[in-house]
Amino acid sequence: MPNRSHWYWLLLVPIVIPLSTPLFNSKTPELFGFPLFYWLQLAFVLLGVGCTAVVHLKTKREG
Amino acid sequence: MPNASDHVTELIVFTTLFAIVSGLGFVAARWRRAESLDHLDEWGLGGRNFGGWITWFLLGGDLYTAYTFVAVPALVFASGAIGFYAVPYTIIMYPIVFMVMTRLWSVSYRHGYVTPADFVRGRFGSPTLALLVAITGIVATMPYIALQLIGIEAVLKVMGVHGHLPIIIAFLILAVYTYNSGLRAPALIAFVKDTLIYLVIIVAVIVIPYKLGGWGFIFGSAEQALAQTNPKTGLPRGSILLNANNQLQYITLALGSALALFLYPHSLTSVLAAKNRDTIRKNMSALPAYTFLLGLIALLGYMALAAGIKPVTSGGKADTNTIVPQLFDQMFPNWFAGVAYAAIAIGALVPASIMSIAAANLFTRNIYKEYLRKDASARQEASVSKLTSLVVKIGAVAVILFLDPQFAIDLQLIGGVLILQTLPAVAIGVFTRWLHPWALSTGLVAGLAVGIGMLYQIPNPNNGKAHFGGSAYKLALAGFDSDKQIYVGFVALLVNLVVVVVLTAVLRSAGAPQGVDATAADDYEADRGTADATV
Repeated sequence: MPNRSHWYWLLLVPIVIPLSTPLFNSKTPELFGFPLFYWLQLAFVLLGVGCTAVVHLKTKREG
Repeated sequence: MPNASDHVTELIVFTTLFAIVSGLGFVAARWRRAESLDHLDEWGLGGRNFGGWITWFLLGGDLYTAYTFVAVPALVFASGAIGFYAVPYTIIMYPIVFMVMTRLWSVSYRHGYVTPADFVRGRFGSPTLALLVAITGIVATMPYIALQLIGIEAVLKVMGVHGHLPIIIAFLILAVYTYNSGLRAPALIAFVKDTLIYLVIIVAVIVIPYKLGGWGFIFGSAEQALAQTNPKTGLPRGSILLNANNQLQYITLALGSALALFLYPHSLTSVLAAKNRDTIRKNMSALPAYTFLLGLIALLGYMALAAGIKPVTSGGKADTNTIVPQLFDQMFPNWFAGVAYAAIAIGALVPASIMSIAAANLFTRNIYKEYLRKDASARQEASVSKLTSLVVKIGAVAVILFLDPQFAIDLQLIGGVLILQTLPAVAIGVFTRWLHPWALSTGLVAGLAVGIGMLYQIPNPNNGKAHFGGSAYKLALAGFDSDKQIYVGFVALLVNLVVVVVLTAVLRSAGAPQGVDATAADDYEADRGTADATV
């Protein structure tokens, strides 16, 4: 367990990135007519899913 | 004002779906049947045995309420980018929950805790702190239930149904099947609710942009509409991007709301109903599907701007909560608009039911059993909770009937700030016992006072209110030379944390008595099926 617990730090990524407004407070580049502000934040959903899934798998108990 | 005779098809579809769901609510008592529902673990937590899928639907139905579905696009419609905070809010919530709630599930499973205040009672050995957490929970939850009624009312208004009778009937049915079936009712109904919501939104984001002329057009016209000057403030109505003054507000509002949402007692109710840790952990990767959906729902606000939708006005006041139902009315054939309305209304029933169960459990466990009847049996606990859930719902209807619905909205705004103040005791408490219970109680009260004080200072130029006009606090109000805004709950929580830490250090160095910790370190890792489980 202790040598796996460092994986939990990965959970900070989907907390810090979606709160960093300078990263996405822009209209361009657009995607399918969506300004950056909207499509990138929707894409952060995948970032959240990915990070929590990795942490779950890497810290799962055996047996 | 819309007229009911123009909406007959919609009303028929709406009423039929509503009736089916009500039937399900009663049948739910026999679903995954227990020996008896006369135990809080059964009535209030569905047997603590829900697997991954049920938990996904239940938590999704619980956290993303009808009010959210109606109010978030309304905010985007009225102000633009700031309303999109709902997306980061419901992304960052899950990694936080992953850490906190799995530990809270484990310790609650091992010790039979039903409410957050149960945990605080056991962890810190302080009935006073537990009582404060319980009262804060009940007070914060009550207006949230009332708001669900506003979600239903918005839909009914657009169909031309006025007056309060339909809402009273809807809530009466809700109250009776919740009394009868407990948490099994919203769990079963959540399947229908979420299927309908997903269906409606997927259709909406394909059909409406197609009819309007594409996403580029939608964002372009929304930008133009928001750039118009608001006569009441002399400033533009809003913007499709954040500006220099509301970025800090966006960040603190998203973070504060995420922390508040999982501290609400009804979130814990759904989490504790899960059968094991894995169910919760997996769901933290699966639940963001709802966030994606919520993001699309938020954009309905821009579609409404692009389509030139006007909110329904009643009594001279424009109700922006009606813009989504109005948009559906204009864009969809009648029968499908009826389905969409039913989705919103049923979406109100699921969280309202869970919230009333959570509030009832707090009363039963942390007030009735703690102070009024210490030797209450499991059967008595269950019957007190069932009755309290009825009282709670009648209270919510009374708020809407006898007070201005705006009052419920103000109360819920305050509620979010209040529930956030339980964070040190509940969420930090699952990691450390270092904080002193007296310091936690003082910090909680200080946070409540600061939060309510700040909300009181905030005016709303749009409706002319001098106080409780929103949760965005202009730093200028505190004497700073700045137009920047910040979320009140965040500031109140910071004050709370500073008080808790400083006072703990003082109390510890003075050797103040600590109270007994009923939990052990390995309780926080316990799981169903492992040898150490005792329940």
